[in-house]
Amino acid sequence: MPSICLYFQVHQPLRVKRYRVFDVGLDHEYFNDNSDTNLNNNKILSKVSEKSYLPANELLLGLLKKYPQFKISFSFSGVILEQFEKNHKKVLNSFKKLVDSGRVEILSETYYHSLAFFYSTLEFESQVKFHKEKIMEIFGITPSVFRNTELAYTNELAKWADKAGYKAILAEGWDSFLGWRSPNFVYKPKGAKKIKLLLKNYKLSDDLAFRFSEKTWKEWPLTSEKFGKWVSDINGNGQVVNLFMDYETFGEHQWAETGIFDFLEELPKEILKHPDNDFITPSDAVKKYPVMDEIDVPYIVTWADTERDLSAWVGNSIQKSAIKLIYSLENNVLETNDKRLIDDWRKLQTSDHFYYMCTKWFSDGDVHKYFNPYESPYDAFISFMNAATDLKIRIKHAKTRSRGRNVPKITNDKLQMSSQTKYLNE
Amino acid sequence: MPPKVLMLGWEWGPPFNSGGLGEACVGLTRALSKKGVGITFILPKRLDLKVDFLNLIFADVDEASEALVSVYTTRTSWSRLFPVDSAPGFQDYVSSSLKFAEKVKLLLKHLNNSIDVIHAHDWLTYPAAIVAKQILNKPLVVHVHSTEYNRTGGNNPNPAVYEIEKKGFEEAERILPVGGYMKEIIKDKYGINADKIEIVYNGVDDNRKNLPPSLTAFKKIGYKIVLYLGRITIQKGPEYFVRAAKIASQYFPKVIFVVTGSGDMEGQMMSEAANAGILDKFIFTGFLRGDERDRIFQAADLYVMPSVSEPFGITALESVVNGTPVLISKQSGVSEILKNALKCDFWDVDEMANKIVAVLRHRSLKDNLKTESEKEISYFSWSRAADEVLSVYNQLV
Repeated sequence: MPSICLYFQVHQPLRVKRYRVFDVGLDHEYFNDNSDTNLNNNKILSKVSEKSYLPANELLLGLLKKYPQFKISFSFSGVILEQFEKNHKKVLNSFKKLVDSGRVEILSETYYHSLAFFYSTLEFESQVKFHKEKIMEIFGITPSVFRNTELAYTNELAKWADKAGYKAILAEGWDSFLGWRSPNFVYKPKGAKKIKLLLKNYKLSDDLAFRFSEKTWKEWPLTSEKFGKWVSDINGNGQVVNLFMDYETFGEHQWAETGIFDFLEELPKEILKHPDNDFITPSDAVKKYPVMDEIDVPYIVTWADTERDLSAWVGNSIQKSAIKLIYSLENNVLETNDKRLIDDWRKLQTSDHFYYMCTKWFSDGDVHKYFNPYESPYDAFISFMNAATDLKIRIKHAKTRSRGRNVPKITNDKLQMSSQTKYLNE
Repeated sequence: MPPKVLMLGWEWGPPFNSGGLGEACVGLTRALSKKGVGITFILPKRLDLKVDFLNLIFADVDEASEALVSVYTTRTSWSRLFPVDSAPGFQDYVSSSLKFAEKVKLLLKHLNNSIDVIHAHDWLTYPAAIVAKQILNKPLVVHVHSTEYNRTGGNNPNPAVYEIEKKGFEEAERILPVGGYMKEIIKDKYGINADKIEIVYNGVDDNRKNLPPSLTAFKKIGYKIVLYLGRITIQKGPEYFVRAAKIASQYFPKVIFVVTGSGDMEGQMMSEAANAGILDKFIFTGFLRGDERDRIFQAADLYVMPSVSEPFGITALESVVNGTPVLISKQSGVSEILKNALKCDFWDVDEMANKIVAVLRHRSLKDNLKTESEKEISYFSWSRAADEVLSVYNQLV
């Protein structure tokens, strides 16, 4: 003890291209930018693959071979798997190789990397199902641990995952609900029967994800030896240290020049130096360790910004109006039975679109700006709303076309805005 | 001990101004005096004006002077420095500028205040500033609110004015342009070393008045209002506004374009609107000031500033103070600092129209821009600009 639980998020959205008012009604391809800008999804994915996914995968494969105790877990959005399948098979194969080792767990999430749980339970469930099917198709695995987009979590979500049969669910180990308690134990969500809760150790995770190359940080430079010591210091005071972060931490957020790959390469050796330590996957962790206490999270907690809420996605009025518009189309778009149309609608639900509209400039502004491919949050909003307006017109046309014909409907029973929306204070 | 400053200006704030220069001088000097800076401010012409925060002196340039010979002598020597072969209109300005220099020379002989720094606003005061520097032997700071390159959009800059500007930049210990865009012009077009250039963005003081609404007849029947406000000259890009208006009104017909201001392109702007077949969507109010101007700002759903070359663009901040979001050209100083604004290139009328339509269609966009930009301009106070100027003074004395 303690056990190290590594989980890496693998996701790239399909960014909406510069889509202007003149394009509405004429151009139905929202995601096919092929310019030199950062709205070119294929270009971005190539860059991130070269800088991060491919070298990191190669490194991890070596570590899995070298250390029989080494284990990791990934969560892939369906949207990135689709992009891999289309243009980046080599990258997908390198992930498959890792999974073939048998020591890589894959988590469950929404196919479209959306915040659907808070807007429509039915839509959310559809997306989780699509994701499951995709993971089975590509990796031949059925995940048993759930993590929601942006690690957005509430008691309600835990209850849902419990009912759906998951063994564990992940969340941010945030002080507001933890209080004096440590994130380094397994917990039980309030109101759930069987499911267990794993909480991110945000201090140690962010030491890597955010502070690793920060020269003004008093711990810089961070060596794997030092980090291994910090982890071992938890011994006796915790059972599982959950290091959750974006996979792009390796090589993209922290460039190779910062030494992040060398750090990763040495990490297992430093951790395993202490005979009590080991590596563990989320489903092993909940099998191995007992529940320490019950955790009550009646409000939404995410892994973003200093607020750890949804304000980075739906904090301002343009974000709220954009997400509201998308979910207001649910009934109508599903009724069209038009697969492409429904898929485009779902791709517009990806949380990143709303993140790009964030105007929290002066507090967390720098982080937001780094991740924003648009010139400004307002430009992101304008392209998104124009595309959504086009989608609305397509829905109208599709309905006119199908009127009179006897088309079986996909799902129109009990479709309504879910009660979850009550969490989202206007 | 805060420094004592001799400041040379050409115009004062409303109602005595013709543009942003006078307002900037008032805003900056008021904020500087609050920080304890003692200012002696010399203006060329007598104004019916009382100011309590600085020592105001009028140079009476237009009055018959008892020192005509001396004026003549100086003008000759200036003329040798600056080849004056330009159009008569400019000639008048240049000669006023030189007269001002002569007057300041006389005034300084009788000036009892001690002076630590000389601070001059725009080229018309530079000859006077150079004279003052020679007499007082104190460091010179020149403030650049505009250059001949901005005013002409780069088309045929007046050589005499250019020479005066260049001489002023060379003589100055520090140059303070109001935007980074202008810093580049001073570097590239005037060949000045970037080390002595320090950007000081203009400020705005947030004191919105609650005024009775205007243009209510249109608003009641659901029309949205898009505003152009500023001089109607080549520098401000009026023709791009008309072209964007044409496109935008095809996608959002219930819109009125209000043009507030006057200038040598007013007639051309009207005929462009007529040729585009949208003159019926235009209202020309003429030049407005004070409350009338603020009421127009407050009535608008969006203020568009399509300037071709805008050193700063204080009207954008005034619009925000009045609660109206802005769409500004990227060729402006203010676009370098105001984040919560829509931006486009002045020539990209499609993008301008795309953004106008977005604001008119989506209430949330207007609301968000308004809320966030109002929050943001609290960072742009004149007090902040004064702190930056004061730190320049302190480097020099």
